[in-house]
Amino acid sequence: MEAVGKLPEGPSFVPVEEKSEINAINKVTFKQRMKSYKNRPLSFLVLGLVSLGAILTVFVFLLLVGYIFVKGIPNINADLFAWEYNTENVSMMPAIINTVLMTGMTLIMAVPVGVFSAIYLVEYAKKGNKLVSVVRITTETLAGIPSIVYGLFGFLMFVTAFKWSYSFIGGSLTLAIMVLPTIMRTTEEALKAVPDSYREGSFGLGAGKLRTVFRIILPTAIPGILAGIILSIGRIVGETAALIFTAGSTARIPENLFSSTRTLAVHMYSLLSEGLYMNQAYATAVVLLLLVIVINFVSSAIAKKLAKR
Amino acid sequence: MKNFSESFMKFVFFVAACVSIFSVALICLFLFANGIPAIGEIGVFKFLLGTSWKPSNGLYGIFPMIIGSIYVTAGAIIVGVPVGILCAIFMARFCPEKLYKFLKPAVELLAGIPSIVYGFFGLVVIVPVVQDLFGTSGKGILTASLLLGIMILPTIISVSESSIRAVPESYYEGALALGDTHEMSVMRAVVPAAKSGILAGIILGVGRAIGETMAVIIVAGNQAIIPDSILSGVRTMTANIVMEMGYATDLHRQALIATGVVLFVFILIINMSFSLLKRREN
Repeated sequence: MEAVGKLPEGPSFVPVEEKSEINAINKVTFKQRMKSYKNRPLSFLVLGLVSLGAILTVFVFLLLVGYIFVKGIPNINADLFAWEYNTENVSMMPAIINTVLMTGMTLIMAVPVGVFSAIYLVEYAKKGNKLVSVVRITTETLAGIPSIVYGLFGFLMFVTAFKWSYSFIGGSLTLAIMVLPTIMRTTEEALKAVPDSYREGSFGLGAGKLRTVFRIILPTAIPGILAGIILSIGRIVGETAALIFTAGSTARIPENLFSSTRTLAVHMYSLLSEGLYMNQAYATAVVLLLLVIVINFVSSAIAKKLAKR
Repeated sequence: MKNFSESFMKFVFFVAACVSIFSVALICLFLFANGIPAIGEIGVFKFLLGTSWKPSNGLYGIFPMIIGSIYVTAGAIIVGVPVGILCAIFMARFCPEKLYKFLKPAVELLAGIPSIVYGFFGLVVIVPVVQDLFGTSGKGILTASLLLGIMILPTIISVSESSIRAVPESYYEGALALGDTHEMSVMRAVVPAAKSGILAGIILGVGRAIGETMAVIIVAGNQAIIPDSILSGVRTMTANIVMEMGYATDLHRQALIATGVVLFVFILIINMSFSLLKRREN
């Protein structure tokens, strides 16, 4: 492209205006562009519409984030971070701790299963294996199920059938099934991205399949797996519908696996449905939004690192 | 010993791979086993087409909720799809690199914001605006459609953008070489080639809109009647479940689970059309 734009220096007798026109084959000035749009109003319309779409998106984004931060930050105070929740301080501290615990518990269950099943699909299953296509279909199905259906299922299985009542473990089991497809898919992609020469090299040195998987392939695939885990954390933190009827909404740090808990998102729903605590809801929204921003920031940092390699 | 651990771990991996199959089977089993009997007891037509939902009188017709879910989803598509596709075209073909560095993370962040925060945003921003403009309570189809339209934006944008980017450059260059402008080359050569990918994005958005619960419940008004205007309150299937599950017993509870079954069937149909489209694209 550069080569076309830079014509050889014209002879000295070329008038100045003309010279500038010749030089500008690739560099269209604003004026020229407007002039050409005059002849092609349809093109201009397209440009306008497309830009409008982007402007609307940015507008919504700025309005949402800006509004919540501007209205929410003044509502944050020390009371909201007291260790114990009561109706006077409406503290979100137990909910924050519960969110962390819930995230940890869910990942402990979902990550090994997700990673192992991806290992089976990529490293062990033979081409044309029937099981692989069945797993693929079920994973796609799981990924599309809305969280309220997960909530219903968790309620029917853990609360009604197992008689656990609302429990921490019931909630995290439900969430573990929910994030399983995310972890499986990202791990699969990460494993597939490991070059075959790594495997061949390892086998060539006499390592077995298992050793190759754990010593060579998994370490290489870790950034990709991490990206999937972070995506899952985002989903767990923001989840409400799947937790209301599985983990309940007790605003206390759980004593054991079978006590009811509320995460931050459920806490916010409770505040809104009680309708008495709008200011606290603003503050909670700020904290949730901050969490999501941090999670996105970390995941894009990892993605950048991946792209560099 | 080594052989044993090899085959043992292979078995472990195999079992892990079966967990997702097992989970889907369990979900289907629990939902259908608890929901189908209720549908049988109420009567299929009475349940699906009955227009009044009055659990205290033994009337379990979820037709208003089905209509509600369809209206709200359709509204979300009208709001979200044009803006989403246009924004995706802009990001793939018109965006200066510096702007892209801001736009892309913004869309990713929109995708990550929890639905309860969206619901809150709808409650404190969109509801008052609709209230002022039309003098109603502000909660209804219009508000829910606007909010859901915003919520499905990131899904539509990211799927459409990647499918537009996947169109071979030669399509664009060919149109350009035939004398079309940059804008028209994109619109007439590149975008039509990405059609099926964009459609897949829309279907994914539909799935998200119809399954959305927490945001809708906050801004939709939740009256279990067939809405008569775009401003009247509406209750979706998802909202029906969340609102009454906490205290429902016996047949009432089963009817709510059956509502979940109907929703689940809707989602399965949407999922299937999505994977069919994806397969055709490949």
